Amino acid sequence: MTSPRRGNPARSGSTALLGAAGLAGLLLVMELAPRLGLVDERYLPPASRIAAALAEEAGTPAFWTALTDTLIAWSAGLAIAVGAAVLAGIVIGSIPVLRSLTASTIEFLRPIPSVALIPLAVLMYGTDLGSTLLLVCYAAFWQVLVQVLYGVADVDPVAFETARSFRFSAWGRIRHVLWPTALPYVFTGVRLAASVALVLAITAELVIGSPGLGKEIAVAQASEAVPTMYALIVVTGVLGVIINLLARTGERRLLAWHQSVRGEVTA
Amino acid sequence: MLEVKGLRKVYRSGNREVEALRDLTFTVDNGELVCLVGPSGCGKTTLLRCVSGLLDPTAGDVRVDGKPVDGPPPGMAVVFQEYGRSLFPWMSVRDNVELPLKQKGVGRARRRQLVEQSLDAVGLTGTASAYPWQLSGGMQQRVAIARAVAYEPQTLLMDEPFAAVDAQTRADLEDLVRELWKRLGVTILFVTHDIDESVYLGQRVVMLSTSPTVVQEELAIDLPDQRDQLTTRADPRFIQLRTRVYEQIQAAKRNAVH
Ligand SMILES: Nc1ncnc2c1ncn2[C@@H]1O[C@H](COP(=O)(O)OP(=O)(O)OP(=O)(O)O)[C@@H](O)[C@H]1O
Ligand SMILES: [Mg+2]
Repeated sequence: MTSPRRGNPARSGSTALLGAAGLAGLLLVMELAPRLGLVDERYLPPASRIAAALAEEAGTPAFWTALTDTLIAWSAGLAIAVGAAVLAGIVIGSIPVLRSLTASTIEFLRPIPSVALIPLAVLMYGTDLGSTLLLVCYAAFWQVLVQVLYGVADVDPVAFETARSFRFSAWGRIRHVLWPTALPYVFTGVRLAASVALVLAITAELVIGSPGLGKEIAVAQASEAVPTMYALIVVTGVLGVIINLLARTGERRLLAWHQSVRGEVTA
Repeated sequence: MLEVKGLRKVYRSGNREVEALRDLTFTVDNGELVCLVGPSGCGKTTLLRCVSGLLDPTAGDVRVDGKPVDGPPPGMAVVFQEYGRSLFPWMSVRDNVELPLKQKGVGRARRRQLVEQSLDAVGLTGTASAYPWQLSGGMQQRVAIARAVAYEPQTLLMDEPFAAVDAQTRADLEDLVRELWKRLGVTILFVTHDIDESVYLGQRVVMLSTSPTVVQEELAIDLPDQRDQLTTRADPRFIQLRTRVYEQIQAAKRNAVH
């Protein structure tokens, strides 16, 4: 039996082939549309020009600094958010009083779009890395917290009573029952948060002008270096894909037991 | 010695009240194997949860060797009715059996030995590195038993442990429990809704009434110590005893109706 999501190897091989063909088609359209005059070359330069700009960018140290800045803001923000959310989630989730006490507050704070905090970030940190970090943390924190809360609520009462009956210490119960149960949820949270964190990092740099790829995009746009602007956009897109891929692979590797319990095919 | 005195448990959720146990009193001596039999829903699991300190009774008390139970007491192990959910799916069989020992502070070498011995004892040699969900239901139940046995408890509580396995496996596991009990000298309180099983296994059978639950009767099982699925179950005395238990349970039902 194969799960409908995964498909058999031959199928996924041809899917990859189709995907590559689609991408090639897109590039072809992007090359031809401006050249045939279907769109204004000032707004969409041909794909080959974008590629050339990308190659040129890759040769400048400024590009690599910007990329590093974005990655630092993304990873540090994500790490802080995940750490804080896991801790908060476990504490809140395992104490029923806290859970009901915070439920409405969480429901209120969570939907606030992170970008609404841009003025606050600027007020606090100006155009420093701190601004980006604040926004990234805020956005990522809720994604993970909500998942951790689901995870803690999913602890099997029988498993928990088993641990209690064998007189596990409080830490033992968290470490060996609560945490493994919540782990798949934590992974989902981290995967979602990783994408959101990238969006927020780029947004903050773009709008606030804190160092990173987003700022470079804004600079390229201001100096009418349109192919460079597109080249940088492509880089952010590739970053997004890589992040998602890494998160998914990590999830599958580490949670083999979990997938099997749910009757899915393990890799 | 395990003493249950005037035990009452009322579940309250919102304004709904369920009186799961009305008034239970019985004792289990050290080293005894007592079966507790009662119809489904009469509060057997509730009773075990009170005895194991997982649940606070509404009234009455439970004592182990004279000490009141107000939390899971040391030296007690429970085999849960939902054995599948009681094993941790993220751990191998070995780790499942070993973890309670780690929590108890047993040294590494001794842990190894206990895990090995207990898995051997339940006939699961060689499955230590498998995960619980890779095993059949009967094997999972044996892992749960091995985990309890490795813990070296003085008291072992078992909640309808064989309800979900086939007849053949069930017979094997019954003999396994008798054998472990004789070898380890533990006190066992074995809960079941199966009358034949209670008579076959126990030295004594405590019968519970239907809800509101009280102790209907206690019956000493004077069958020879050496029991065997074929001869014991064909023994006229066995038939007499099981008839007696059956009658009592029927009587309990009639009383509940009137
Ligand atoms: N957590 C709970 N909250 C409310 N009522 C409960 C709870 N647990 C059990 N009950 C009720 O208490 C009664 C006894 O339940 P219990 O699980 O102890 O029965 P049982 O004898 O173990 O049944 P079975 O043989 O089916 O396992 C039932 O009426 C049940 O609905
Ligand atoms: Mg039960």
